[in-house]
Amino acid sequence: MLRLILGALLAPLCLAGSSMAAEYVVVQKNKAFSVAEITIKRGDTISFKNEDDVAHNAFSTSKEFSFNLNMQLPKVSTSVVFENEGTIEVRCVIHPAMKLIVNVKR
Amino acid sequence: MNLSLRLRIFGGFQPYRRALMVFVGLVISLVAFLRPFQADAEPDSTREYLKKYNRPLSIPFPEDNRYSSERDLLGRTLFFDPRLSGSNWISCGTCHNPGLGWSDGLAKGIGHGMKELGRRTPTILNLAWSEAFFWDGRAETLEKQALGPITSPGEMNLPTNKLLDKLISIPEYKALFHKAYREEPINENLIAKAIATFERNVVSGKAPFDRWLDGDNAAVSAEAKRGFIIFNTKANCANCHGGWRFTDDSFHDIGIPGEDRGRGELLKEIPSAQFAFKTPTLRNIDRRAPYMHDGSETTLEAIIDFYNVGGKAKRPSLSAEIKPLNLTAAEKRELIAFLKTLTSTDKPVEIPVLPR
Repeated sequence: MLRLILGALLAPLCLAGSSMAAEYVVVQKNKAFSVAEITIKRGDTISFKNEDDVAHNAFSTSKEFSFNLNMQLPKVSTSVVFENEGTIEVRCVIHPAMKLIVNVKR
Repeated sequence: MNLSLRLRIFGGFQPYRRALMVFVGLVISLVAFLRPFQADAEPDSTREYLKKYNRPLSIPFPEDNRYSSERDLLGRTLFFDPRLSGSNWISCGTCHNPGLGWSDGLAKGIGHGMKELGRRTPTILNLAWSEAFFWDGRAETLEKQALGPITSPGEMNLPTNKLLDKLISIPEYKALFHKAYREEPINENLIAKAIATFERNVVSGKAPFDRWLDGDNAAVSAEAKRGFIIFNTKANCANCHGGWRFTDDSFHDIGIPGEDRGRGELLKEIPSAQFAFKTPTLRNIDRRAPYMHDGSETTLEAIIDFYNVGGKAKRPSLSAEIKPLNLTAAEKRELIAFLKTLTSTDKPVEIPVLPR
């Protein structure tokens, strides 16, 4: 049920018309990402929000696009603009069970 | 309902027998009535925490390596066969000794040529549920982990090609492999799969803590119950050692002095991975000293003191979860009393007759 509610947060917070970049929210709660997979467009933003009581560290070493959010304390949100197309696997440095696939389309 | 039924049935008996039956009926009804309440005798706050520690009902096996007793037997045989080493002298079970909590009781493991290894031998208890393997998490599945120590020059020192040649040269292995996987010839994937199957079955049994969770309020002491609350609150232990395995497999620099960068060796560019090691299970913890990835702490008391001061090495990579706890002497004792309730009395492990 919680997953469903958190999943609803994924509805893009559209800024304006279809040509503009969208911002999505992925919540980190109960040591899991709120979704297992998300499809976005190149240039869109994902805001990673930590709703746990423990720190997280989302990162990706995918060859298409790599990033590292560093230690993210509870309540903190950090945004990432996905600039390259591809299938990008996002993990948490600290919690190996946390896995998110970001499909970035043109 | 029960009571009136009894009265009707025994209505024609002498009065004293009727009175006896009424009494027995009352006792039975009272016991049945009170039983559900026993489990709720703990305060709601305690029950809320307890809920997070329910044991799973079955062991998970991956799609491509389902359980069978033949696979388990093959895996068990390989696990205890010292011929899986270059010296023919070290088996997986040499370091992961079931008599010592599936570890070796040493600060650091001993490998090929009696040389000391860099880290302590981790237990293999409850790995079927684990998300990452080795202290640094470099293997993502048990199948990927299994051949690591066998082929590592410092550990069992048997390269894959020699491992295969040797097993193929032992005639009785052929039937064991065939029964388990019906795949020829013997190959390294099958060896890894069989060992992983056996390891998934290595599960710690029910401990006093589990019996308390099941509703037996006398299974653990009042001191241990207070320790459980501290474990979940003031001491923050459950932030990482939460859930029925008492680990979430997370990686942290907890402030152990030393040069070993742990997960940082794999993720060199990531600050929070430096000096980080996998959170181990706390099941059967009082039978598995010494502790930490390097065996540097020898008692549970020392462990609690270590965490109470927020770790010994204060580095930029120190986990956000590690901070001074200000535990009182009584709270430390309560925590240790609680940790001791996590030990199960498991049956001795059978070592199979090895193929020739």
